[in-house]
Amino acid sequence: MATIAGTLTQPASSGIWSWITTVDHKRIGALYGVTAFIFFMWGGFQALLIRTQLAVPHGVVIDAKLFNELFTMHALTMIFLAVMPLGASFTNYLLPLMVGARDVAFPRLNALSYWVFLFGGLLLTSSFFFGAPDGGWFNYAPLSSKQYSPGPGITFYAVGLLILGVSSLMAALNFATTIINMRAPGMTMMRLPVFVWMSLIISFLLILALPPLTVALLQLLFDREYGTHFFIASEGGDPILWQHLFWIFGHPEVYILILPAMGIVSEVIPVFSRKPLFGYPAIVFAGVAIAFLGWAVWSHHMFTTGMGAVPKTIFATNTMIIAIPTGVKIFNWLGTMYGGSLRLNTAMSFSIAFIALFTIGGISGVMHASPPVDMQHQDTYFVVAHIHYVLVGGAVTAIFSGIYYWFPKMTGRFLDERLGMLHFWLWFFGVNLTFFPMHYLGLLGMPRRIYTYDAGLGWGLWNMVETIGAYVLAASILVFVWNFFKAMSQPQTAPANPWDAATLEWATSSPPPEHDFDVVPVVRARDPLWHDRDHGIEPAQPTGEHIHVPPPSYYPILIAAGMTVMAMGPLSHLALTAIGAVIVVYGIWGWALEPTE
Amino acid sequence: MAQAVAHGGGHVTSTGTSNRKLMMWIFLGSECLFFGSLIATYLIFAGDVIHRGVGPFPHPVTINGEHHEGILDIPLTSTSTFVLLMSSVTMVFAVYGAQHARPKMMKLSTLATIVLGVVFLGFQAFEFATFYHEGLTLGTNLFGASFFVLTGFHGTHVAVGALYLASLLAASFRRNGLGHEAGEHMEIAGLYWHFVDIVWIVIFTIIYLIPSE
Repeated sequence: MATIAGTLTQPASSGIWSWITTVDHKRIGALYGVTAFIFFMWGGFQALLIRTQLAVPHGVVIDAKLFNELFTMHALTMIFLAVMPLGASFTNYLLPLMVGARDVAFPRLNALSYWVFLFGGLLLTSSFFFGAPDGGWFNYAPLSSKQYSPGPGITFYAVGLLILGVSSLMAALNFATTIINMRAPGMTMMRLPVFVWMSLIISFLLILALPPLTVALLQLLFDREYGTHFFIASEGGDPILWQHLFWIFGHPEVYILILPAMGIVSEVIPVFSRKPLFGYPAIVFAGVAIAFLGWAVWSHHMFTTGMGAVPKTIFATNTMIIAIPTGVKIFNWLGTMYGGSLRLNTAMSFSIAFIALFTIGGISGVMHASPPVDMQHQDTYFVVAHIHYVLVGGAVTAIFSGIYYWFPKMTGRFLDERLGMLHFWLWFFGVNLTFFPMHYLGLLGMPRRIYTYDAGLGWGLWNMVETIGAYVLAASILVFVWNFFKAMSQPQTAPANPWDAATLEWATSSPPPEHDFDVVPVVRARDPLWHDRDHGIEPAQPTGEHIHVPPPSYYPILIAAGMTVMAMGPLSHLALTAIGAVIVVYGIWGWALEPTE
Repeated sequence: MAQAVAHGGGHVTSTGTSNRKLMMWIFLGSECLFFGSLIATYLIFAGDVIHRGVGPFPHPVTINGEHHEGILDIPLTSTSTFVLLMSSVTMVFAVYGAQHARPKMMKLSTLATIVLGVVFLGFQAFEFATFYHEGLTLGTNLFGASFFVLTGFHGTHVAVGALYLASLLAASFRRNGLGHEAGEHMEIAGLYWHFVDIVWIVIFTIIYLIPSE
């Protein structure tokens, strides 16, 4: 199959300064990916400590206070520092290529998003040295108040998430503008790859869901540090207000976590079924429906707060309705595979496993959509089972599928298939071993967030099984890391389109040159490469015109540093906020005035 | 899909609107949710303050036979609201001046907008100081908390806007001013400034003009 001539070029420059000042979406995607994976392993380590403590009754590995910090930070790390940035890594790398652009709309803003993420993540993680947040990732009032949490942990939570929210918001604005405004000629909205649609949808979810969280965090910060009583009932405030504001963010957040994963699966399955995606418009509209309905379900996290029958009925009904568009996607993926010529390599195996594992997670979710049932599930391990089937069996599994699929494109090398399948089976076995017994334990009554439990309750056996499962998962990750380093030591031999895939990122070399495409592609149909192949259309030849590549800049990292200094104000002295603001303003001026040609 | 050329911009865009302008519109969408959440918080606590009976109160109210004066000075804040509204008028002139290559008009109008915005902030600072001396602080009651946080963050947005405009004004004194995209730069700044003004109209209406209970 003919490929567009793209050279296997070296990056424009190498060395650490070139990485610090890069504005190339591919490099930023790589930075996001590596950083997020390291945070993922850190979050996994925290989980191993938790599971080791819970393996036997009256465990002595971790005391209660550290345990509370661990489950709080495990969730914060995995959600904000691992899964979201891993999604951002794929979006960063692939989005411009998939729409036929040469970069995102605002390359320096893209870099800024990454550096703010890195510094915000480090700030939040550094809390372990001073007293990490320990009130759960959802951090309910009044436990979060100064009275009940006098240490700095909750303030770290507030400023950390404020910073990370800024990073995500800037990335979302950038991606939305890119998708709406920078598509190649012929790339209509209904020809976009499903992954791009999902990126557009979650960008809007972030844009609209982050502000209520921002307000909640600011109000929490003011309550703790500046004397207000927004969430203090004795002074006229309302702890339930925190829950509403948090979950108005928190529920769209879980769709932000899963939709990119569903986008990845929607790209992988057609390629390895050698068949176009079944029901493309239905999958797109189902994604939009999920995003839309996701705003109407937040109080299903609050069924036990005494809301009254009418609100509970409404939220329960909406929650059950969301299962419908989700089911549409599941059936469309199955419909894609049905009658296809399946190639069961590692990428495809992870995607198929996603369908099964996410469905299990979805079923347990629909179960506690019913308020009387949720009365039994709330705060038990049954919910922990649900969360981890959808996030680990769902999101992370799909991310691994994407890694094996796009690795050749991004690095020019292939991950080893035998090691890949070993990783896959250990992963699949580990997920089920760790999280399936939690359904049972939850129904037996084991509460969440307890650092130990008595013998004689019948919980010991399954806790031990789950801990073994956690170590199996750890082993699978080690296999993956070994595979990664082994692959990176190989020469770059991957062709432009080794999988015979359909979308535009496969129309340039592996890895792409700095300017992505020698010629901006013309799009005539959905699945453009399959269309052109089937109609014998040769790719256009380069015209030799000058291709503008945005120059590197150090202002993004400077501004990110300034923002982090600002965030340290509430943790120590407000003078830091003023100093940080000066750095940010100076950085913005430099950015506005530096040449971009 | 027609490829439209962005007005004044260098890049061809899918919608015909430049990337910068599109992003400002989307950003303002997120700001709607931000201020909406703060306003919702204010509304949630508005009635409670009266029921709890812990003053100061925003509007005159009688509790258990005792009459309390409201702390809000409606004539004063109406004046500052007028000032901010006028700054939107001068902003329109600034954008017009930039779009029609009339640099003096643009510079003078931008300066006027900044001055009017700073005057508004002066009124806000005076109001905050007065309330503080009359016993209303962040911690006094939930009216104090929600009022100061809502209007404080709005004022911060005005201040950032003034800094934004001052930066554009300073840049316009360079050799080639704001360049050939001057119209668009000012238009985008105008979007932000008008948005902040509209948010104030909503805040003013809800807090000052609508008496609680």
